[in-house]
Amino acid sequence: MSNNLREKEVLLTLNGLATYFPIKKGLFGKNTQYVKAVNNVDLTIYKGETLGLVGESGCGKTTLGKTILQLYKPTAGEMIYSFEDGPKNLANLSKEEMNVARQKMQIVFQDPQSSLNPAFTVYQSLSDPLKKFGIKSRKERRQIVGDLLEAVNMRREYMDRYPNEFSGGQRQRIGIARALCVNPELVICDEAVSALDVSIQAQVLNLLMKLKEERGLTYIFITHDLSVVEYISDRVAVMYLGRVVELAESEDLFANRLHPYTQALFSAIPVADINHNKKRIVLKGDVPSPANPPSGCHFHKRCFMCKEVCKEKEPELRRFEIDGKEHYVACHFAEENIKNA
Amino acid sequence: MKNKETVISVKNLKTFFYSDGRCNPAVNGVSFDVKSGKTLCVVGESGCGKSVTASSIMQLLPNNARIEEGEIVYKTGDSRGDIHIEKLDRNGKEMRSLRGKDIAMIFQDPMTALNPVYTVGWQIEEMIRNHENVTKEEARKRTLKLLADMGIPDHEKRIDQYPHEFSGGMRQRAMIAMAMSCNPKVLIADEPTTALDVTIQAQIFELMEELKEKHNTAILMITHDMGVVSEMADEVAVMYMGNIIESGTAKEVLGSPKHPYTEALLRSIPILGRGKGQDLNPIRGVTPDPFDRPSGCQFEPRCDYATKECSNRMPDEVNLGKTHMVRCIKYQEVSKNE
Repeated sequence: MSNNLREKEVLLTLNGLATYFPIKKGLFGKNTQYVKAVNNVDLTIYKGETLGLVGESGCGKTTLGKTILQLYKPTAGEMIYSFEDGPKNLANLSKEEMNVARQKMQIVFQDPQSSLNPAFTVYQSLSDPLKKFGIKSRKERRQIVGDLLEAVNMRREYMDRYPNEFSGGQRQRIGIARALCVNPELVICDEAVSALDVSIQAQVLNLLMKLKEERGLTYIFITHDLSVVEYISDRVAVMYLGRVVELAESEDLFANRLHPYTQALFSAIPVADINHNKKRIVLKGDVPSPANPPSGCHFHKRCFMCKEVCKEKEPELRRFEIDGKEHYVACHFAEENIKNA
Repeated sequence: MKNKETVISVKNLKTFFYSDGRCNPAVNGVSFDVKSGKTLCVVGESGCGKSVTASSIMQLLPNNARIEEGEIVYKTGDSRGDIHIEKLDRNGKEMRSLRGKDIAMIFQDPMTALNPVYTVGWQIEEMIRNHENVTKEEARKRTLKLLADMGIPDHEKRIDQYPHEFSGGMRQRAMIAMAMSCNPKVLIADEPTTALDVTIQAQIFELMEELKEKHNTAILMITHDMGVVSEMADEVAVMYMGNIIESGTAKEVLGSPKHPYTEALLRSIPILGRGKGQDLNPIRGVTPDPFDRPSGCQFEPRCDYATKECSNRMPDEVNLGKTHMVRCIKYQEVSKNE
């Protein structure tokens, strides 16, 4: 698994990506304080993989997704995307170029209710992007939209209905169809199944996996639900306060959790298995405000392994190899944890 | 030795909603007991009637809803004897004295449940002074102690702050402090941690378990998360379309489900630690329109075991052993699959 991932083509590389939001204006309108939503993130996304991005609310996972799509302008860093005519930095693209690039990357939002226009029929919602990307004849567009609806297990006739006529699960499938209608390479799923009931959630998850196989998609799967991430992802990145603290292949991460935050996060998940061995690590306190993060390691105030060095020095995301598999951790005591694992 | 006796007994409860001349039997014949020192989890998908069951006990139903049948008996254990909640006037004096004092409730979203224009301390003091004859100073002292007990850091400063100055987890703690302020016998928690992050959820669970041990409180917890159930519940009731279709101890229901819906539900959720290879089997179809229900067993259109008989009428309760109850005529076939 790990070897063929490494051989795979790189689709997107993030280098030192940062997105800050100004919150306070000083004298003369100068920004003085920032929420560092995404703070110095390095990530590589390979073609055809599913990268799970997990973390608690406010950790910057959604901002990262939206920054990749240029819905937010990054403050610093670069995003190298491999287009057919060579790699380009998304941050430097002009508006026109970005519009073309958007054909390659699409997003599925959390709430299908608010992300579909209630005054548009499904056909109208889905045909707009087709029109934009050059399919001029109406007949052809109806054909494509119909095919898409069938691809997401819905009936062709549904295209002339309005969103309010559908259930939550159906609406989410329309949202997926809309993301797919321009034949993207990269689909960012932002909490795509979080608003759905469990029985419906499984339907949508299986659909997403089927579509990935059929169309050779790459997913960035943003969620707070670790059970879902484990099911769908090839690799998982754990974020805390704007930084990636641990990154590894899914199975590897679930077997060896090296960062104390990942350990606590995993132990806090209620598992629907009565025979599951419960050993909850309960963290002290709340997630600190990203406007005023703690010094050094952002996690040190809640960490059960905290030592002096954590308060002063910010740990880097370092590469380790465990049984020949890549594993990235940002912790001063990573070596110690590997030994114990 | 703490007693685990029944405090609230619900029998054949039916709560119907009326709108546009149509009737939605949201809760359609539900029976269960809430016992002191135990946690009963009511679990189900959205629209199954789990929250309506909870609001029926508190008589917090909207105006277009009515308790049609059945009884909710609150056993006070003192001179008041058994109180039939369904017979009380919704906003009458008796009901109002029960709410908060004997039966307290915490809600999913603490931001909307707390009043944004009063300080947290004021709101908790109000609760104490409403139910008990104490002075302002006494109430404040007790509020301070409650906040400290709930693990709110800096409680002497926090007591004079407004809800928006609290974080989500801390607001939920304040809500629990308010709910526990008069030492209620029953705590109803309606999705108490759904809006919270998992690490904060773990803190709240720890707190609730501690309260259960210390005060012998009976907890009725409403949730949609099977994970929460396996973590918290002593007893479980699974609801589907207004009926409890299976109930029993957590071990019985989660370990060896007997109803096709419980079985299907457990097979449709990814379980942490089982890796990528695990099989997810979604339940086919969608939950039916509540105004246009199936004639017999509510799960029949989506059920893999369904036969003709199933569409005749809702199956009766079958008791398997002391605590395990299931409403399905095919339960023997389900148990074969284990």
